[in-house]
Formats: sequence, structure tokens, C-alpha cells
Amino acid sequence: MKAKSFNLKDFLINYGVILVMVILVIFTSIKSPNFLSSSNILNLLLNMSSRLVIALGIAGCVITAGCDLSAGRMIGLGGCIAGVLLQREDYAGRFFEGGKPMNLLLALCIVMLITAAFGAITGFFIAFLDVPPFISTLAMMEIVYGLNLIFTDATPLGGYVESYTNLATQGFLGIRWIIWIAIIIGVISWFIFNMTRHGKYMYAIGANPQAAEVAGVPVRTTLVLIYAKAAAFYGLAGFMLGAKSGGASVNLGLGYEMEAIAACTIGGVSVTGGRGKVSSAIIGVAVFELLKAALQFLGVNANAQWIALGIIIYIAISLDIRKYVAKK
Amino acid sequence: MADYYLELKGISKSFPGVKALDKVSLSIRPGTVHALMGENGAGKSTLMKCLFGIYKMDEGEVRIDGKPVVINNPDEAMEMGVAMVHQELQPVLPRSVAENMYLGRFPTHNFGPIKVIDHKKMNEDTVHWLKQVGMDFDPRTPLSDLSIGQMQTIEIAKAVSRDAKVIIFDEPSSSLSEKEVDVLFGIMEDLRKKGVAMIYISHKMDEIKRISDDITIMRDGTYVGTWAAADMSTDDIIARMVGRELTNIYPAHDDHPSDVVLEVKNVTSIHEHSFQDCSFKVRKGEIVGFGGLVGAQRTELMEAIFGMRNIASGEIFINGQKVDTKNPRKAMDAGVGLITEDRRGNGILGCLSIKDNVGVSIYDKNLNAGFVLNHSKINKIVDDSIDQLSIKTPSMNEAIANLSGGNQQKVIIARWLANDPDILIMDEPTRGIDVGAKHEIYEIMVKLAQEGKAIIMISSEMAELLGMSDRIYVMCNGHIRGEITDQADMTQEKVMYYATQF
Repeated sequence: MKAKSFNLKDFLINYGVILVMVILVIFTSIKSPNFLSSSNILNLLLNMSSRLVIALGIAGCVITAGCDLSAGRMIGLGGCIAGVLLQREDYAGRFFEGGKPMNLLLALCIVMLITAAFGAITGFFIAFLDVPPFISTLAMMEIVYGLNLIFTDATPLGGYVESYTNLATQGFLGIRWIIWIAIIIGVISWFIFNMTRHGKYMYAIGANPQAAEVAGVPVRTTLVLIYAKAAAFYGLAGFMLGAKSGGASVNLGLGYEMEAIAACTIGGVSVTGGRGKVSSAIIGVAVFELLKAALQFLGVNANAQWIALGIIIYIAISLDIRKYVAKK
Repeated sequence: MADYYLELKGISKSFPGVKALDKVSLSIRPGTVHALMGENGAGKSTLMKCLFGIYKMDEGEVRIDGKPVVINNPDEAMEMGVAMVHQELQPVLPRSVAENMYLGRFPTHNFGPIKVIDHKKMNEDTVHWLKQVGMDFDPRTPLSDLSIGQMQTIEIAKAVSRDAKVIIFDEPSSSLSEKEVDVLFGIMEDLRKKGVAMIYISHKMDEIKRISDDITIMRDGTYVGTWAAADMSTDDIIARMVGRELTNIYPAHDDHPSDVVLEVKNVTSIHEHSFQDCSFKVRKGEIVGFGGLVGAQRTELMEAIFGMRNIASGEIFINGQKVDTKNPRKAMDAGVGLITEDRRGNGILGCLSIKDNVGVSIYDKNLNAGFVLNHSKINKIVDDSIDQLSIKTPSMNEAIANLSGGNQQKVIIARWLANDPDILIMDEPTRGIDVGAKHEIYEIMVKLAQEGKAIIMISSEMAELLGMSDRIYVMCNGHIRGEITDQADMTQEKVMYYATQF
């Protein structure tokens, strides 16, 4: 076999994005020492946790060569359902007048079950009626938004019970609860991706759906599960965002689906399907959030930050595609 | 004999590892239909592609009307009056008849400073040319509303409109009804009167004898000869198509078929042009070959048995039990495995590892606590199969796409062996594989048969079919036309005879 020598080009293609990040972090922390302050790092981690949960949901869809545009609106729905179930009894603007706040875990289960049900419908259209993922999730995005508008009457929610908002302010072993949630979801996702047949089927479908079917993979039911699981994660992310900001409105999560798809692809989840790991989602989300924070600290015009994000997506994806194109 | 209008002289073409054409010549007189015949892989299509400049010939000469010409691409061929009616048409289905006729050469007129398409002229001209071939469609009809036969007449009209002096018909009748064939032949008669030289590629003996003036036969990339159609009987044609020396490179096997494991009764497709009323049996420890020409619907029949295609009527019995293999999963549970013909299309999971490619069909059987994959057991199975099938790879984590065709095929075989089916269907198991790996795959097949597996092998390679099969079924046009059970009867002529019973 070929001797493995260090190849700068391969190294750049494989680790280019991470390298850029490291340089950016070092540069920013020299220019602005506050960047590495504990409060800023905590803030970064809090931001990353909900983004990671979303990205891990979307990663499953992208690995099957799909996508999920409904994520943002599902987050909004999840946040609002959690909100109405967890308002203080004495809060004046209470959604359900005279009711009692629900048990935290029970509320979370309800949120995730409802979004998962919508995700299953999206998946059903994709798997059994052959609607392209782009269209199916686009349709669900509109439906979920409409339902949420009707449900909340477009009124912002607030006045949450302390046990709910404490998730973002208190923790266990010095780590905030919503960061724990992200860690747990990361471990669960790793387990699903690597240790269950469902995960292996997901990769097989992404690599070649026809071949997967011939090999006996239950392609349709696997796809429904993937979209349902992803939607459950979006619901959870909505729940987490509500805890962090102490309120929710129908526009919670708007545009997050695009950020999550971008983060996945930056981290190495291939949009052509079949490739991607949990670590890809973690790296992608980290790169995205670090970049946003660094640009802010460097005093880059807030509007120009969008341009920087776009450029990073271009670079990351062009490099990623090179890994597979160059080998032919 | 009149002078030749189109002459191909001494044309050779090699691909890496194969000599596809070896000094082939073909001469066509104006106003005649010249049949070009040969088995699958005889080189007919390659020769036509060389003529059209799709392939660059290694040596040889093309003369049109006595003058040597060089054709670099299909456009240049068209300009020199050489047109082809394709076996697989490539029309733009949602667009109109006229747009398809004039695709790439739309008539334009000036609309102020810009050129716009002259729809009126295009539609009128289309009507004119369609009349030339005896058709009158509304030129604005979307092409998708037409039958395959009607689309072919559009192609012919297109050729006529460009003043083609040579028209090549590549298996035009394969998807036509009898009535449509009559229409086609009517048009060809007219073209003959106009002095057009035609090449007609087909396997249908009765049509060849009905329409053609001359017959040229090719075999394994070589020119066998040209004869006047009137002097040739069907048997003569077959004998010349198949008359090759068979060298025995196949492992000797002494199989002892026992009980019937698979019985297929009157299985019929939901599609009119696919497999019809097919019945056959396969025994334990037997290699059953399925012969036939490309398009005989062998693959479709096997895919239906494996649950990839729908069956309108008929029954499948496995070990005497009626089974409903409505999807591949059900077929696998019933003990059937399928190695598909199109390895890249529906065989390999390209970007995944060898381990994942083998493991995909056995995850169900290797779980701890009902849901956690037992990686150590799966690794052992994969490792063992890499050893047993001598798959050449640095490790089981190598992506299957990085392996050679032969090793990819062995990985797919490993996938099925791990799943341990009673019946293994192998569709063109050695297609695109080098000679060494081919032989290894034959040995694996023989070993499996000796272990008591029933093997069904579809093969379009005559030598392989005759060399490997204990019994042969031959299909043609969706029907099983013959069964050859006696080794002494397994001849190329017999297979070809059944394969052309349209």
C-alpha cells in the first residue's frame, strides 16, 4: 500500500474549516481578551446547545440526501406549546385562564410527541407518496406556522414557572441543564447512528436508496422515523429556547433550519447523502456560533456578518465536495 | 450489383482489455435494406457508434458515395446525410412534435432586433415532413401523447427532413405492436423507392426475411460475411451468428439436484410488454441458467420474484409453500437473494464501507438486547467473508467504491452469503469483471451449489451460460420459449433458436 506522507493539500481539504476557526479564535482572543471570558464561553455554549439539537435532527434528514425546511417553524410550535403549559398560575396574561402549570417533564413529552407527529406526516409524504423532501417539508413548514398562529393567536407568551427557566440558569456539576440536554441528545444520536440498525439503514438509504431496498432495508418506514425523530428534536429545541429566553412567540426559531443545514454541511454531512457523523454536527454548530461571536467581538458590522457566514458556507462545501470528487 | 452508397472498411476498435471490433466491413447499396445481425455483444452497436463518431475508430475507413469521409460526431453524420432511429429514443416528452423535430435547429424570424422562433413555419414544415412518411399529427401535440411507434415515425420524418441518404434502424420493432411494424415497413418501402440506403438491426428472423435485401452477420467483434437475404434460412443465420469455438474455462462441476425449492407458476407482469405467463422450477444444488437476448425480460422476471416489480397474476412456491414476495424484505424472509445486474445502480452502497455493504442485510440477525448492534459478531462475519471470497482490500472499513468491479461483486456476494438464502438469483454475475475474478466467481457458484443452494443465473454470455448451467431456460419477448435439460442438447444453436422465437 501507499506510504502515508503528509500532504498539505489533503490536510487543508480535510481540516481547512477547523483551521480557519482556530486561527479566528486565537486572533479574536488576542484582539479582544474578553472573548475567552467564562461568561462569554458560557453564553456560546448555551447558544450552541439548542442549535446542536436542531442540527442533529436535520443531520438525519441530510444523511438520507433529504433536508428539512420545517425545522424553524416546528421550533416555534414546540416553544409555544411548552410556553402555554408552563406559565405561572398567578401570571396575568395566562393563556389558559385559571389553570395550573404542568409538570416539566410531562410538558416536554407532550411537546416532543406533537412535533414528532407532524414530522411523521412529513415523512409519510416523502416515503410513501414520493414527494421530494424539499417540497414535503416546505408544505409542513407552512402548515405548522399556520396552526401555531391560530393556536396562540399570534400573542407572545411569557410568565414561565421558575422550574422551567431554571433550566438555563441552573445546572448540575457546574453545567447548565440545557447544556446537559444537548450532551444527552448528542450521546443518544451517536448511539442511534452507530449502534442501531435504524442508523445503519439511514446511511444505506443515503448512499443508494435502490440498493438499500434490494438489500432488504425497510426504506419507507426508516424515512418516516427519521423525519419524526428530527421533528421531536426540533420540539425539544423550542422547549430549550423558551427556557433560555423566558418567553416564546410564533416567530421563535425562524430561519434556524437554514443555519442548521449550513452547520451540518460545514461539519461534513454530505448533501449528496450517506456521509456524516454526530461529530460533524458538533463541529458545524461550533464553527457557526464561534464565527458569529468572533465577528461580533471584532466589531464587524452586524449586517456584514451575514456575508461572512455565506462565504464560510461556500468555502466549506467546496472543500467538502473536493474530498469525494478528487478521488475519481 | 449496384454501387455501394455507404462503405465501412476494415474498422477496428479496442477498449481497455477487449477488442470490440476487428477489421469489420459493411457496404450498403442505395435503395436497399441491409440487415445487420449478431448476438448481444457482437459489436453491432459499437460499429454504429464508430460510424456516428460517438466512438473514435482505431483504424478503418468510411466512404459515402465513393468519397472517403471523417465523421467526428453525430451532427457531422447528420450533415452528411446519415441518420439513426435509436433503439432507445431520447425525445423531450413534454414538448410538442414540431419542437422535437426541430430541436437544435429551430427556424427563426426577426422580431425587431431579436431573433425569435418562427412557430408558424416550424409547425407547417413539420406537417409537410410528416406527410412524407404518411403521418398526419397535429404538430402541437405533446410527444408524450404518442406511442413509441409514432415517436419512431417522427424520428424517421426528422431524418427525411434533413435529406438523409442513409438511415439506421436500431431494433426499432422491439417495442412495437404488429400493426405498428406494418406501418414502419410501409415507410421503409417508400424510402427504398426513394433510393435511401437503410441498415436494419434486429433479432426478429421473420422481419429480417420480410424486409431486408442483404444480411451481414457479426460475431464477437468480427465480420462473418454478407449474403443475399433470399438465400438464407433462419437456421443458416443462427448457425453463422453462433458458430464459435467454445473453450472450456469453467470449473468442472458434478451437481446433484434434489428437491424443488422454487416453483414459479404462470407469473405475468402488470405490463403488457414485460414477462408473460412464465413457469419454471429450480431444485436444490442446481445452477439454472436463463438465456435470451437483451430485452427478453429475464431481469424483470427475476426482480418480480424478488419483490421489486408487480405481478398481475401467477404464483410463487418456495419449498412447496405459496409465498407472496411483495417486497424484497418478504422475498429475503422467504429465502431468496438477488445479485442485481446493475451493480452501481442498485447493488453497491458506494460511499459506505465493505463492512456496511455486507452488514446491511444482516443487522436484524445480529442484535444484543433486541436493538443494539453486535459489532463484534458482524465484524467476524465480514472478516470471514473477506477471507473466504478472497476480497482484495486493505481493511473492511475501505469504501466499496474504491474496489475493482470484481471485488465489488464479491462484496455483494458476501452480503447474500451472510444472509444465507436457499435460492440465490445472480443477474449477469460476471458483467464488467476481469477474467481472473470471473473464474473465482464461477468457483464460488459451484461451491454454493454443492452446499445445496439453488442458483439462478441470468447470462447473456453464451459460453458462460452453456459452461455453468445444469439446466437452461431461454426467454424471448417476455415468454419462456424453451427449456434445455440434457447436457448434450446445450448448444449455441439451440439457445439462439429459442431466443429468437418472438
